[in-house]
Amino acid sequence: MIGARLPRKEDARLVRGLGRFADDTDRPGQLWMRVIRSTVAHGRVRSIDAPAAIAVFTAKDVPDLRIPVRLKVQGVDLSDFLQPVLATEVRYVGEPVAVVLADDPYAAEDAAEQVSVDIEELEPVVTATKAHAAADFSLGYGDVATAFETAAEIVELDFTIGRHSAVPLEPRGLLAVPDPVTGAVEIFGMTKVPVYNKAVLARMLEIDETLIHGRAMDAGGGFGVRGEFYPEDFLVPWLARKLRRPVKWIEDRAEHLVATNHSRQQRHRICAAFDETGRILGLRDDVMHDNGAYCRTHGIIVPELTLAMLPGPYRVPAYAGHITVALTNKTPCGTYRSPGRFEGTSAREQLLDVAADRLGIDRVELRRRNLLTAAELPHARAMSTLGTDVVLDTADYPGLLAKAVAEADRLGYRSEVDSARAGGRLAGLGVAMFLEKSGLGPQDTADVLVSGTGAVHVHTGGTSLGQGIETAMAQIAADELGVDPEIVHVVNGDTDLQPYGGGSWASRSTVVSGGAVQAAAAAVRERAIEIAARILAVTPDKLECGGGVIRVADSPGAEVSLAEVVRACQPTGDQLRPGEPAGLSARRRFEVEHMTYPYGVHIAVVEVDPGTAGVRVLRYLVAYEVGRAVNPTMVEGQLVGGVAQGVGGALLEEFTYDEAGQPQSVTFMDYRLPTAAEVPHVDVLVTEDAPAPGNPLGVRGAGEGGLSAAGGALAGAVRDALGLDDSVEVLPMTADRVRLLMERDK
Amino acid sequence: MTDMQLISLTVNGDEHTLAVESRRTLVDVLRHDLGYTGTHVGCEHGICGACTVLLDGQPVRACLIFGVQADGCEVRTVEGLADGDELSDLQQAFSRCHALQCGFCTPGFLMLAEAYLAEKDGRPADEAEVREVVAANLCRCTGYQGIVEAVCSVAADRAKASG
Ligand code: FES
Ligand code: FES
Repeated sequence: MIGARLPRKEDARLVRGLGRFADDTDRPGQLWMRVIRSTVAHGRVRSIDAPAAIAVFTAKDVPDLRIPVRLKVQGVDLSDFLQPVLATEVRYVGEPVAVVLADDPYAAEDAAEQVSVDIEELEPVVTATKAHAAADFSLGYGDVATAFETAAEIVELDFTIGRHSAVPLEPRGLLAVPDPVTGAVEIFGMTKVPVYNKAVLARMLEIDETLIHGRAMDAGGGFGVRGEFYPEDFLVPWLARKLRRPVKWIEDRAEHLVATNHSRQQRHRICAAFDETGRILGLRDDVMHDNGAYCRTHGIIVPELTLAMLPGPYRVPAYAGHITVALTNKTPCGTYRSPGRFEGTSAREQLLDVAADRLGIDRVELRRRNLLTAAELPHARAMSTLGTDVVLDTADYPGLLAKAVAEADRLGYRSEVDSARAGGRLAGLGVAMFLEKSGLGPQDTADVLVSGTGAVHVHTGGTSLGQGIETAMAQIAADELGVDPEIVHVVNGDTDLQPYGGGSWASRSTVVSGGAVQAAAAAVRERAIEIAARILAVTPDKLECGGGVIRVADSPGAEVSLAEVVRACQPTGDQLRPGEPAGLSARRRFEVEHMTYPYGVHIAVVEVDPGTAGVRVLRYLVAYEVGRAVNPTMVEGQLVGGVAQGVGGALLEEFTYDEAGQPQSVTFMDYRLPTAAEVPHVDVLVTEDAPAPGNPLGVRGAGEGGLSAAGGALAGAVRDALGLDDSVEVLPMTADRVRLLMERDK
Repeated sequence: MTDMQLISLTVNGDEHTLAVESRRTLVDVLRHDLGYTGTHVGCEHGICGACTVLLDGQPVRACLIFGVQADGCEVRTVEGLADGDELSDLQQAFSRCHALQCGFCTPGFLMLAEAYLAEKDGRPADEAEVREVVAANLCRCTGYQGIVEAVCSVAADRAKASG
């Protein structure tokens, strides 16, 4: 089953419109919440007034609480910069200052409009500078000063990455249903890290965490932003418990674009020292990170990942990374798919392109010379990130680069550029290599149980954000138990069924939740064999599992079904011995020591329209080492989907603000997601040459690699198309910016 | 609540008569008044296409029209595509071609494609044209590749079937 291109279990309901998304559930008597948000970037709330008939809650009505950081980084204390659940001093347009409630969403919007909020405006900060630092830290190792002193060539550039966000197609939403008798509250729509969020909410509500039940739901995409703890995640259940009525809130797109985490915005001053053969001696990067108004749940993890992952798959003997996390009066930031890596990879790969030209070495050759070889791995870097040491595991970076280049040649990428150029068109090719990280521990838990019909039930700690984890987990359990995946039912993200789940983020679930599912399924198999041995009166070593039965090897007909085994070990069954727990089930935990590091290559061919300065992506190849693919179709799907977001980030998407801090990207007309017209067909080459050593499945996560090097590859291709000496300087490469590049080089 | 209108509409063959506010969008009528939650709301400003339904056979953004405008009309939603347990050719193709991940955009794409294929009336597919049609809706997960492939494959099959 592992490795099979099985159709997804999720599809049957989703293509029928029978998925259960946040807004699909209602409860009788529910109230609808509407958030009243600041319309100014910085100011002090003087007063909030409403007609008497309107139920409005402001900061003075709710507990004075701030949302804690989920991921602590390098011991930095961020407690001064946390977001309150409702503000009295506003710090960005879109910040919640009050909420209203009504029986229906239209009435709630009407009510919100009758509330007048008086805010005394203060001077906004819209540009990140050292003066507004929330944190400031360095990562690195080696003697960088000497590296630069002895260099034959030093290449330095300035590279800026715009403000992007994940923009999942389903906006956020929550429904909280209180139980007035026990004080418990059931929450629909808290998908991503429900167990963690349950604990945060319990602390904020000052109740026991078992009183909170997060229900498993479908989610319309996550990519980092959805499912983190936001002000609404406190307000909705708090109001439900206070008012003793179900409370529902569904975010609209206008809110989403100013309220949900943004990401990416960074400026890099990156610099590398080379010897005369083009070998990297040292690398330096000084980064300014615009984090928006507060430190949200991710704290400063994106800055940390930016620095920790910046050297990528290359041999970098000395490295000094420094980052300033500045607060500005813009929407606060969190992670977005490939956090820190999209940014760092874009800057580093552009640096390598410029360096290759300066050194007179082919771009691919320069990379090849500097890649760590298989013999140099595992490779420990004297840094840590996400609380774990950076130890790159087994890999064949030069091998994959060679394969990718050969594949692009075979598919005619280079000849397409040549013939376009021969026809007088501005075509170019870009190559970028990346290192990803996945499988973040430290642990996850899974339960596997078999019910009376022989059906297998898996309750995992991973959550379903659309990535197909239900199918992947079913494949892993089916493989271990020797049953048809059809009869494996997976529930992800129900906090009662799986109270120890780590959630789905950082490309961890297939690796870590998958490891837990495998271990739990193996324990169930073992127990089933033990019971079957009693029924069949043989020793367990004579038995094998497969096709939903346990049979005596080489003895046709001597078998029992899993269903019979389950019945035999019920409290009323005839095989249960005194003191033994009833039923056929197991809970197992799986721990990992380090993350696993997948890697890949992106190759892109673009054409620049000399008239409009618009960039069109003609060809795109992703080569990716996944260790082992549980379902290759889903791995490819993740990569292709990632490329689309990468095309968006490299060419189209950006949140901009005016000098007063007013957001200028507030609809899908201004924040431009790529459509099928902008996203090319993507060629994919998935390799399984380097199984991950840190987990028994040998898998590496596949959630982010489609995006990581897209900025780098597309920047390289545009640079090549325009024949630039220097870097493209800024992402996204919108037509306005490309025009400036064309003029700059005239 | 003053401005209520009585409307009748047929959804997937079932007739409904109900009172709605004039300003209530068709997608809210379908989802919240009638329970057809398969049609999704992604933007409420006509760009994403997640709310696409067929109104008298034409694909429309159900977030951009009012329920009262659909009075007397025939509406088809994603719930009407399958024949009982039997998925339509297009639904099967979406699953086969990995044309969905989170599935939130899927109902909109299915209805858009359904209308396109009906309009093609069994003529063979042309990938560039399919891509242009698919570009009407947004998907954040799939990179569109599987969607384009699914629509092309059904167009080819239907062309073959109609000889
Ligand atoms: S919800 Fe109607 S087009 Fe987006
Ligand atoms: S599958 Fe998620 S938006 Fe299309």
